[in-house]
Amino acid sequence: MIPVCHLADLPAGESVRIDTAPPIAVFNADGQLYAIDDTCTHQDASLADGWLEGCLVECPLHAASFDLRTGAPTCLPARRAVRTHPVTVEDGMIYVHHVAEEGTAA
Amino acid sequence: MKSVAVIGASLAGLYTARALRAEGFDGRLVIVGDEHHRPYDRPPLSKDFLTGTTGQDPLALTDAEETAELDAEWLLGTRATGLDTAAGAVLLDHGRPLTTDGVVLATGAGPRRLPGPAPAGTHTLRTLDDARALRADLTRGPVRVVVIGAGFIGAEVASSCAALGHDVTVVEAAPLPLLPQLGEQMARLCTALHAAHGVTLLTGTGVAGLHGAGADPRVTSVELADGRHLPADVVVVGIGVRPHTDWLASSTLPLDDGVVCDAGCVTALPNVVAVGDVARVAGVRAEHWTSATEQATVAARNLLAGRTVTTHQALPYFWSDQYGVRLQFAGRRGPHDTPRILEGSPDDRSFLACYERDGRTTAVLALNRPRPFMRHRRELARAAQPL
Repeated sequence: MIPVCHLADLPAGESVRIDTAPPIAVFNADGQLYAIDDTCTHQDASLADGWLEGCLVECPLHAASFDLRTGAPTCLPARRAVRTHPVTVEDGMIYVHHVAEEGTAA
Repeated sequence: MKSVAVIGASLAGLYTARALRAEGFDGRLVIVGDEHHRPYDRPPLSKDFLTGTTGQDPLALTDAEETAELDAEWLLGTRATGLDTAAGAVLLDHGRPLTTDGVVLATGAGPRRLPGPAPAGTHTLRTLDDARALRADLTRGPVRVVVIGAGFIGAEVASSCAALGHDVTVVEAAPLPLLPQLGEQMARLCTALHAAHGVTLLTGTGVAGLHGAGADPRVTSVELADGRHLPADVVVVGIGVRPHTDWLASSTLPLDDGVVCDAGCVTALPNVVAVGDVARVAGVRAEHWTSATEQATVAARNLLAGRTVTTHQALPYFWSDQYGVRLQFAGRRGPHDTPRILEGSPDDRSFLACYERDGRTTAVLALNRPRPFMRHRRELARAAQPL
């Protein structure tokens, strides 16, 4: 369980990158929190820097788009999903439950 | 339309093939490519692929499942040698002419070469095979690399070679590299990256020729137009590209530094469209990755409609990764547009600048500022929409 930041510090429409290995991006999509692997599966770019619209994030480099709920790409050039990670809030603090590399569906 | 031939198994060719299927085309689809490889992504060739950070597999633009879904016939290792518009056929370097109702021209562009001999150790960088050959020459211990041309490819190659620990010199004929793309002030900021990373940049001098030694000559030096000799073990020539249109010379299609198309990627013939680096779309040949992908949808739709029903209006966008800096540019910059830094600082190599003309923003440039760049790029695209 990795502490991210206070919920108050991640308002709707914002995202934050945490320096895990590999890094994880946490999004507040209109009040709903999501965490996915931060690096675009197409080429090296940080999805935390991407454009958030509804439950989709668009990569800032080549406009690949991912569904935050499933990690699945919704358009080219990305063809592989990013991993998703469960997020919880306890006492106003956001936590990511890092899904291990092995045995995931990614 | 019962059959379409896509000439060029490239990013633009593949994306157009996919777009044709997405638009409901269920006829015969043939993809002709002169390389032996299935379509792959070229941008990493000068960056992560060259440094060895990325292998070949991640470059692939299709996998087995997607290839099966596309349901195309692939003629790889096959070069198109002519377009017989009267007979409705594409001539190939081997095998029978390919009869087809529609044609997508996606043959791209190839590197310009220096006149005179090119001894072993001299490289251009466009294809996967080019990148493999260059990488092989860079993995035999530290060498002296001379990069000819300080455009984006030259700068990225120089950056990758420096990262691999080589002794790198860049030679540029123009007094200031990247001037046409970025304007003077921003070009100076970006070209300063070379010196900051121990790479020598020599500007305002052309190249007289390459010298080699040995029975099977290997490059030993680069002779500059001013008489200087630069010792070199490896030379990379990055002096721009020429569109691959030679094979179309005897067709009736108008050519002018590319295949002349309207804003909808349609050539003089409604059943022939052109996409990517080979296409001059409404007077502009873009050479941008993003343009190639965007034009694919437009071209596919117009080809199936038999006329121009949609046009490619998107804002030009390109990026470059060099010396740990991600440079992104979007817009249509005029030669006299003035840059203004909106946030960040050139000293930190992290800033966002917009170019202005008569109080209007025409383009936006960012170094290591992907997030605000994206916002400004979107605003610019929205503002550029015709009312």
